[in-house]
Amino acid sequence: MDIQTLYDAIVNGNAKAARAVTQQALDEGMDPQTLLDGTMIPAMDEVGKRFERNEYFVPELLIAARAMKSALELLKPLLVAKGAEPVGKVAIGTVKGDLHDIGKNLVAAMLEGGGFEVIDLGVDVTPEKFISAVKERGAQVVALSALLTTTMSNMKGTIDALSEAGVRDQVKVIIGGAPVTQRFADEIGADGFSDNASGAVQMARKLVGA
Amino acid sequence: MMHHPLIERLAGEAPVLIDGAWGTQMQARGLPIGACPDAWNLTQPAKVEDVARAYVNAGSRIILTNTFGANRFVLARHSLEAQTAEINRAGAALSKRATEGTPALVFASIGPSGKMLISDEVTEDALRDAFAEQAQALAAGGADAIVIETMSDLDEACIALEAAKATGLPVVVSMTYDSGKDKGRTMMGVTPEQAVERLEAAGADVIGANCGQGIEGYVQIAARLRQATSLPVWIKANAGLPELVEGRAVYRTSAEQFASFAPAVVSAGATFIGGCCGSSPDFIQSLKKILFSQN
Repeated sequence: MDIQTLYDAIVNGNAKAARAVTQQALDEGMDPQTLLDGTMIPAMDEVGKRFERNEYFVPELLIAARAMKSALELLKPLLVAKGAEPVGKVAIGTVKGDLHDIGKNLVAAMLEGGGFEVIDLGVDVTPEKFISAVKERGAQVVALSALLTTTMSNMKGTIDALSEAGVRDQVKVIIGGAPVTQRFADEIGADGFSDNASGAVQMARKLVGA
Repeated sequence: MMHHPLIERLAGEAPVLIDGAWGTQMQARGLPIGACPDAWNLTQPAKVEDVARAYVNAGSRIILTNTFGANRFVLARHSLEAQTAEINRAGAALSKRATEGTPALVFASIGPSGKMLISDEVTEDALRDAFAEQAQALAAGGADAIVIETMSDLDEACIALEAAKATGLPVVVSMTYDSGKDKGRTMMGVTPEQAVERLEAAGADVIGANCGQGIEGYVQIAARLRQATSLPVWIKANAGLPELVEGRAVYRTSAEQFASFAPAVVSAGATFIGGCCGSSPDFIQSLKKILFSQN
């Protein structure tokens, strides 16, 4: 089979084809890690690049992430059986008081597509939940989302709580959301900021050294 | 194209002043951060009416309603979905009361569901039911028109439009252009031209743009909408982008700076003009001054 078909299926967001081609590749004895690293993650990177070039918008990101996910479902048990580690583990949520999850869901989907294990803590997440995701589930990155100018101050509250709990040094914090800026990220001591879902994946990779 | 008589009449008075932001006005009156603003229609009606009256007094010919998030999906975040109809009816009635004895009209606000069709978070049928429920309650509360605003997904906007049209009221549909090169697209990638094509065909009476960027960017958006449609154009821009100062959002654009772009927005083709996030009754007064003082 031509592995380019899998790449194209993901870039074009064709979930059915992505899954079928992945199955075929596995049946032909291809190594799951090679499929993931050599074809699928590069395909999602291409999707991200097209987004940044303003050729793709949110719908294209979402359908590509969905195609990626359906192919990844076939690989996951095989990767786990081989003891393969994800690129990194990210705990994501909207901060306390913020109930808007469209941006957060989009970033979570793109992170999964980028090979991360994603612990989705949902909306209106207390600092304590982020702390326990770091302590008990080994999250290496905490991703905070806020849509409202009134809730973005809770990003600082969460970072401060991570410090007080003594786990700030073992985790990287990335933030995003409509009102968030690089300047704000610097002010509150976040490790990274992105104004889009594709940039968030690159930022997370950089921070975990992947 | 046949214009709704109310819209025809207003278009004859162009430019027509709309209102500004509501959320910050309610916070100034004690709405706690994170609380459901729409619930105030039932629990703090006098304060909501006070915001509406502040805009009427500032010179808004059209005021909106405190119902932006009053669809059952958003209200469910606050466990208030059972009161959807009541909250909307009250919201329309409160704005209506604030306009009594004035020529001001009430265009009732419908915002996005917060659910994405493309991610299968919600079905088209469920969206249709939710918007119909909200639109009918707004009409029952006495709204003169409905404005569907801050939309990024054209499918969702069209479903809301269809539901709103069923009330018989004229309907404004306003998308948020905050993405892509020059912020000329919505988050879902929709261009002004694409919005016009679908919304015109679906029976919109006015086509607009709101939120997402400062007013300077909306000069170009107004021009593109004007070029693409013969329908009146509606523009409500933000007061720039917020900065956080000591835990509070501060919009750096002043009322005068904001208003200084208004003549350009109007000559680019906007019939209706107002403010979105970060604006206040002062902004409407400044708009009034700059747009009407020479007459």
